[in-house]
Amino acid sequence: MNNLKKIEYSLKKRKRQESRFKIYGLLGIATAVTFLCIILSSIVMEGKKAFLSTYIKLEVYFDPDIIYTNNDQKEEDIKFANFQKIIKNSLNSFFPEISDKDELRKLSNFISSSEEENLMKLVLKNKQLVGQKITLWLLASSKIDVINKNPDMELIAEEDRLISDLELNWLNEIRSANNIKSNFNKNFFVKADSTEPEQAGIWGSLVGSFFTLFITLILSFPIAVAAGVFLEELAPKNKFTDFIEVNINNLAAVPSIIFGLLGLAIFLNVMHLPRSAPIVGGMVLALMTLPTIIIATRASLKAVPPSIREAAIGLGATKFQTVTHHVLPLSLPGILTGTIIGMSQALGESAPLLMIGMVAFIVDVPGSFLDSSTVLPVQIYLWKSTAARGFVELTAAGVMVLLSFLILMNGIAVFIRQKFEKKW
Amino acid sequence: MGFWSFFFILVVLGLSVHWLATNKALKLNAKLEKGSKLPSLPSYYGTYSLLLIIFPTSSLFLLWLVGKPFILEYILLQNIPEQLSANFDGDPSMLIDSIKAVDLERVFPGTNPLIVESATYFKNLNNYSNSFAYFSILIVAFLSSYISLKKISTTFKARQAVEKSNINLLIFSSTIAIITTIGIVFSLIFEALRFFDEIPFFDFLFGLAWSPQTAIREGQVASQGAFGAIPIFSGTLLITLIAMSVAIPVGLLSAVYLSEYATPKVRQTFKPILEILAGVPTVVYGFFAAITVGPFFKDLASYSGFNIASESAIAAGGVMGIMIIPFISSLSDDVISAVPQSLRDGSYAMGATKSETVKNIILPAALPGIIGAILLAVSRAIGETMIVVMAAGIAANLTANPFESVTTVTVQIVTLLIGDQEFDSAKTLAAFALGITLFVATLFLNLLALRIVSKYRERYE
Repeated sequence: MNNLKKIEYSLKKRKRQESRFKIYGLLGIATAVTFLCIILSSIVMEGKKAFLSTYIKLEVYFDPDIIYTNNDQKEEDIKFANFQKIIKNSLNSFFPEISDKDELRKLSNFISSSEEENLMKLVLKNKQLVGQKITLWLLASSKIDVINKNPDMELIAEEDRLISDLELNWLNEIRSANNIKSNFNKNFFVKADSTEPEQAGIWGSLVGSFFTLFITLILSFPIAVAAGVFLEELAPKNKFTDFIEVNINNLAAVPSIIFGLLGLAIFLNVMHLPRSAPIVGGMVLALMTLPTIIIATRASLKAVPPSIREAAIGLGATKFQTVTHHVLPLSLPGILTGTIIGMSQALGESAPLLMIGMVAFIVDVPGSFLDSSTVLPVQIYLWKSTAARGFVELTAAGVMVLLSFLILMNGIAVFIRQKFEKKW
Repeated sequence: MGFWSFFFILVVLGLSVHWLATNKALKLNAKLEKGSKLPSLPSYYGTYSLLLIIFPTSSLFLLWLVGKPFILEYILLQNIPEQLSANFDGDPSMLIDSIKAVDLERVFPGTNPLIVESATYFKNLNNYSNSFAYFSILIVAFLSSYISLKKISTTFKARQAVEKSNINLLIFSSTIAIITTIGIVFSLIFEALRFFDEIPFFDFLFGLAWSPQTAIREGQVASQGAFGAIPIFSGTLLITLIAMSVAIPVGLLSAVYLSEYATPKVRQTFKPILEILAGVPTVVYGFFAAITVGPFFKDLASYSGFNIASESAIAAGGVMGIMIIPFISSLSDDVISAVPQSLRDGSYAMGATKSETVKNIILPAALPGIIGAILLAVSRAIGETMIVVMAAGIAANLTANPFESVTTVTVQIVTLLIGDQEFDSAKTLAAFALGITLFVATLFLNLLALRIVSKYRERYE
């Protein structure tokens, strides 16, 4: 009787332990999933703001006295005209009470410096505008944009805020006149890097990433497939092939920054290839992607049943013909899936590219494989390291663009796998 | 001859030779009596001819690309006007650089006319030599296509030749992995040895102070520069430790739950979700650590009256731990699933609950594999770059306090090498010394882990 009670008691305890252990396991998964949600949501919360930028409505008077300084009304005059003054004057006409020079300068900082060039182009296109007064929506500078998008920032003490109380009052006046609006931030998708957050865009680095990945793909795909085919289908089992296999497995686990050091020491310092160029970045990433594609190739070759090979050999095909005519085509979906996954890893990789100088500040969209350029993740890193507040949103938006490309690529990989891969 | 016209001629030549050879073989076959045909299919003769063009031309072209700068510079150096080389104080290579830098379309007023003359000479030399090289490559291509067309006969086995060369190509492709490893080892060792010429090996490995700022210009007032790597190693270890203390419990518990408790449906949904964590680029984690987690710990500490750095080790380490969770969970999931069902059944038959089975049977049986997974994860953590570059500090503090700012090997490599550096300074070379330490450490961990895992697999298979 006593024993039975003991067992009953211990059984209860053990069952409690059992359910506790199960809860621990659930907690583990819940933690991981929560982390993922926090990361993604914090990035989306911050990044979504960057897709809008602030515009201020102004009456712009194209003063002939400012534009035609030489009285001969040539195009050259328009190109070198002081459009900053025109913007300043139109701001001043909105705030006629401001006359202090210092305050006027602060006021003219409300409008992005890129608008000077835009106004110049506008006048060049339509010279009738000179002497006229028209209403335009001008792009606000980054600090106004940040304050306008984050109303809670107005509550911080003046010395910690981006703009002074005076400027905030002006902003509120503009607001109460309904002269401010948020619109789609086109610059972000068509421009390259800039020192001003409101003029910086992701397009330059996207093109850089494209060039880099193109080199990576044309180098790593054929080499990796060839190596995978050799090791899986044709290689004799000996010390040499074992050594190759050990090397590949090890390369897959070498820290990515080591590949960057390799690129710096060999591609740049020995071979004298251009710094910061997609061709070098592509070569480094190709070396990194090789093991991924080789392993994927071997796995999908292994999945092809031996009956296919036996049938081909039985009909008189050579080993090489068997592989190229039958086994390889059948395993192509798996190889492509692995390649896309390898490419998406390469797209997200940035550490080795820092070593070969792809961290340069580049204002132009690269035009070829030899131009200095940067890539998407490195652009994110560069923006994160910039002090200006407006870049925080831009960084998060860059992350969103990067993640959407990765989701797209992985989606394609999953699609190929489900649509074309044969289950034997 | 420009590159594209050269390329076009080569492609046309290749295609026509393939066609010619195939046709010749077909005609030969038609002429021969039944039963005594050519030893290979006609298309193999075409392929053979094509390969005989591709191999020599592409290797000659690569050779030209690599050798061209050296050849041209040599010729240029021989032909520089005497006055110029005599009056130029400095290395001849600097003279060559200044000649190359001249933009002939827009010559700066005041440029030495002799330099402009040499630049014009160099430009012409460049054009002529390119044309010459392309022309000779084309001649080689024509010659080899003539030879290959001549070779077609009943005694020539084209298929064997084609397959042999293709297999050689495959073998060459698979040796790229070896070449890469050799390249890594040599480039690291070479530069690291130059570093150890200046800084003794043991001072580097056991020194307690790290401040790599040496004087860039002679006579500049700067600290002498200390290259003791212990603070860096300890910082790396601290961050790795923090990362592991996040990743191991979460990863292991998730793996146990997914493989032992979860229904197939739950497993199918949550495994991919965990793997998303592995697919997120590290730069994203770095951004998250720097913008969200770092300030979070700083605020938390200031509420409770402490003052910690926003680049604290715990922010970088914690986020790195999140990154490594899927690594540990999927690897240990594999090893836990590989534990034979008979062991579980035996335990259940003895009346053990599921959790007792896991704790007393499955985990001990899977332990070697789990340790292998953890070792791989550690090697991942110490080699991880972007998270620590973005969220950890640069100053090398020798501390075990997770709320202080520490630096890691990878952070130091990046900070030493970013920007324009003199390539020979101890500062730059130190990055390679750190690099080889990192390489050796991760190599050791990886080989150990792979050995443990494969040993363990053998036991149950």
